[in-house]
Amino acid sequence: MSTWRIARLVAVKDLRIEAHSRVLINQVLPFAGVTMVIFAFALDADSVLERVAPGLVWLATMFSLLVLVQRSFAVETDDGALDAMRVAGLDPKAIYLGKAAALSVELLILEVVLLLTAVILYRQTIPLDGVVLLVLTLLTATCGLAAVGTLYGGLASGFKGRETLLPLLTLPAVAPVLIGATRAVESALGTAGAVVSDGWPWVGLLAVFAVAFGVGGSLAFGPLIDE
Amino acid sequence: MTTIDKEATLQSNRSGTGTRATRILGIATIISMLWLVAFGLGFSPADRDQEEAVRLMYVHVPTIWIAYLTFVVTAVASGIYLFGRSKSLGWDRLAGASAEIGTVFVALTLVVGALWGRLTWGVFWQWDARLTTTALLFVTYVGYLAVRRLGGSHQQRARRSAVIGLLAVLLIPLVHWSVRLWRSLHQEATVLDSDGDIDMDGLMLFSLFVGVVAFTLFYIWLLLHRTRVMALEDLMEDRGLDQALSERRNEAASMNAAVPNSEEI
Repeated sequence: MSTWRIARLVAVKDLRIEAHSRVLINQVLPFAGVTMVIFAFALDADSVLERVAPGLVWLATMFSLLVLVQRSFAVETDDGALDAMRVAGLDPKAIYLGKAAALSVELLILEVVLLLTAVILYRQTIPLDGVVLLVLTLLTATCGLAAVGTLYGGLASGFKGRETLLPLLTLPAVAPVLIGATRAVESALGTAGAVVSDGWPWVGLLAVFAVAFGVGGSLAFGPLIDE
Repeated sequence: MTTIDKEATLQSNRSGTGTRATRILGIATIISMLWLVAFGLGFSPADRDQEEAVRLMYVHVPTIWIAYLTFVVTAVASGIYLFGRSKSLGWDRLAGASAEIGTVFVALTLVVGALWGRLTWGVFWQWDARLTTTALLFVTYVGYLAVRRLGGSHQQRARRSAVIGLLAVLLIPLVHWSVRLWRSLHQEATVLDSDGDIDMDGLMLFSLFVGVVAFTLFYIWLLLHRTRVMALEDLMEDRGLDQALSERRNEAASMNAAVPNSEEI
């Protein structure tokens, strides 16, 4: 079987598990929603919230990313499924790409919900001329986040202390995504007078990040889990 | 090196990890540090604008240069381990020791920089491109060191940390680029700027040079000792395992002796 076919199978498997267990719907989305509400408690002023809304959307996404990644690998390590896949001779590259793809789909759902929450709670508007930029930002940022999350999730899985190691490794690594995606979404939504054209260099950065970590991750995943 | 050789080395070095070479290097480090103190605090002039605060530069700049050097060493040693044929743990220990020293040096740079910032800019911290990149660099290598402590066999540790060591090299330019785009108050590099000219008072430049030499010697001295300590740690762990195995074997043997014909029953 080709790498892509296996990757698709792994991704479908992950999404099917998710559809059955409903952890995203029942736990992660409410968690992200609560995060958005407590941000409002911390930044007690409407004008501040409106100004920093895009950043808060991405912060909530990063925190939820950690939860999703842990969930994604708990499924594998609980029954030794990851080892079983390796013993079955599946290409680690394919496992990596499949898991990253499934994570991307979950993240995209999460981001759309968080953006809608920002529209309602933080009084954001989505102008029509910013939609293309917004969609491209969501796609590139999601790929970058999924690439990093899957890589470090795979590394940390199966060790004691993985709950603390994962954020320590992941958060500095996704800092460029947080910066880039926040600025790009500010441009797309016109937050604090930002214009759409300012957003494109950031999408470029996000795309380079996603490709670099996608390639680096698919090469590094094998040696990291092959133990 | 065989286990017996290693044990012989361990026996002969009961006094520590020092050898003749490291002792000479250590003395050279102390002398150059004394030179640095003399030039940095005494002979070099105070700055026109920054006055006495400029003396912090003689620690701030050499430590960050050496930190970059240590991370290059970590990356190269990680690459040699991962792609080389020998899979020698020596490269892994070199990478780990260098990253440990680099992390301490970056921390030193950040602390000295914060003090210098307070004196010249009036604040400890600014969200400037280089400061932010350096802070993220620090956290990235703290993460690398955490990965080294995950456990498992020595070869597992080596492979895992080599991959993370190389990924960090991928990450640093991306972080730098994103933060540069985000904002850029830190004074531009004075010595290594793009036009190649050096705009600095001669004695100040010389003091900085002394600082670089002193910290480089210090780095090499620390690196030699740290890799040796790591080799001893690995040896101790192997020995502990061997010992536990042989104890269990003896136990099994003595139980068999107590029930001589257990197989017949």
